[in-house]
Amino acid sequence: MNNVLKLLLEGEPLDTAQIGKILNLGQAAVESQLADLRKQGVLLGWRAVLNPSFEAERRVRAVIEIKIQTQGTGGFDGIAERISQFEQVESCYLMSGGYDLLVVVTADNLYKVAGFVHERLARIDGVQGTSTHFFLRAYKKDGFVITDSGAHRDQPSVSP
Amino acid sequence: MDESGRFVARHVASLPKSGIRDFFAIVSKMKDAVSLGIGEPDFITPFHVREAAMAALEKGRTSYTDNRGTLQLREEISRYVEKYYGPTYNPESEILVTVGVSEALDIMLRATLNPGDKVLYHEPCYVSYAPSVTLCHAIPIPIKTTSKDQFALDPVALRAAWEPGCKILILNFPTNPTGGTADRKKLEEIAKFAIEKDLLVASDEIYSELTFEGDHVSIASLPGMRERTVFLHGFSKAFAMTGFRIGYACGPASVIDGMLKVHQYSIMCAPIISQEAAVEALRNGRDSMLHMREKYRERRDFIVRRFNELGLKCHLPRGAFYAFPDITSTGLDSMTFASKLLEAQKVAMVPGTAFGEAGAGYCRASFSTSYERIHEAGERIARFLDTLPSRK
Repeated sequence: MNNVLKLLLEGEPLDTAQIGKILNLGQAAVESQLADLRKQGVLLGWRAVLNPSFEAERRVRAVIEIKIQTQGTGGFDGIAERISQFEQVESCYLMSGGYDLLVVVTADNLYKVAGFVHERLARIDGVQGTSTHFFLRAYKKDGFVITDSGAHRDQPSVSP
Repeated sequence: MDESGRFVARHVASLPKSGIRDFFAIVSKMKDAVSLGIGEPDFITPFHVREAAMAALEKGRTSYTDNRGTLQLREEISRYVEKYYGPTYNPESEILVTVGVSEALDIMLRATLNPGDKVLYHEPCYVSYAPSVTLCHAIPIPIKTTSKDQFALDPVALRAAWEPGCKILILNFPTNPTGGTADRKKLEEIAKFAIEKDLLVASDEIYSELTFEGDHVSIASLPGMRERTVFLHGFSKAFAMTGFRIGYACGPASVIDGMLKVHQYSIMCAPIISQEAAVEALRNGRDSMLHMREKYRERRDFIVRRFNELGLKCHLPRGAFYAFPDITSTGLDSMTFASKLLEAQKVAMVPGTAFGEAGAGYCRASFSTSYERIHEAGERIARFLDTLPSRK
């Protein structure tokens, strides 16, 4: 894997100047590599990972299982791409098993999710049925374990 | 003289105070200090190992164990040591589970040294070697290692340091604080010398899994050495299990029997919960260990390059997780450098002299920490160096 990417995925808060120093590349080289990765469609973008209990994250999040009838429609891809266009949709995957699409949505409140399901999703040709589950609490998010108290370590700051 | 001091034994009173403790006292009170002084993994113990400890509690495994440690753990240790180090040890009679490798070394010395015996060890080294020898009323004899050969033990220097009365040679490869290692050829020469002088070798291989260049060779695997070597190892560094306090010794049954006596009267047995966790680490911990080793290696490359860029000459440590830059170009001694750096820029490095006189002119920097911290430390050290008259 590309070293710049590898470092980014470790999740440490590093800017391009710091990454340049760590990898002995220089800031300009890191920036051009990142630009290339974006052009190639490998790196889609990046965003901060927030603790869901933090104010700005206090929105409802739901996962919706969708069953699809593909006959006479654009097939899975057509429907999935259409659903992905809605700004409420955080992610959308084609699944194996008892349903076909798994969609994660966020909204300001429960009613907005409900509205999205019955006014938007249910009206799409090929959507046979939905099953909506609301997230109650996060214990781990994007690789970060979330604790109430914050991990406390008694590790001495200097030891032999 | 402090009146209460009269109760303290002379050989204890004569031990120097660890320089590291003074540093710890200052750093622990300092806000936003960047510490490169931490002598343990930055990782939390892999979860599957912690889970094994929890399972032990759940099952009510809270008793003493056999003084030697559970047979299950000794069997796992036997398999592990044979697979990765070579020699075969009988779990019934040649393996002893201890409270960290520190206890293993201590009781090995106590079980074998008579008052006045002499013990050779290479310096700079871990802080406990010389004091542990002194506590046995024996005499520590340091052999200086240098950056010329990345702090490997030079067999010529070993021969020169030897004197009548030497009974034990302590080896520690990879070395804390220098990252020094010994290749097969050097070890063969050392082994030959040990046989010639009938030395018992205490080989502390606690950092052996964290060898970045070449393969780690244990001196116990060389011809004629198994019968005169006590192989000392543990779980703290490779499996990030420092707090579990669990280690072991493998060696000839007679020496292990002697150690067992000291162990049973002073410790009884290692904690059973830690023993259960250790079994899991040996059975299934290799992937986590390799992952951590890779992270250490990447950080090593960065910190060593950074020190050299800053004009602090630093060799590439071949093992362990410490860089040991030469700070003599600053015109300061180790202690002054470390104190001033801490005072001016709040970066903690351990003065090389904490690891013996041979550490003079160096400081130890642990790279078992995040890139962010290493980067920040580098920036601060650069600012500090700019203020020194020798660098203007």
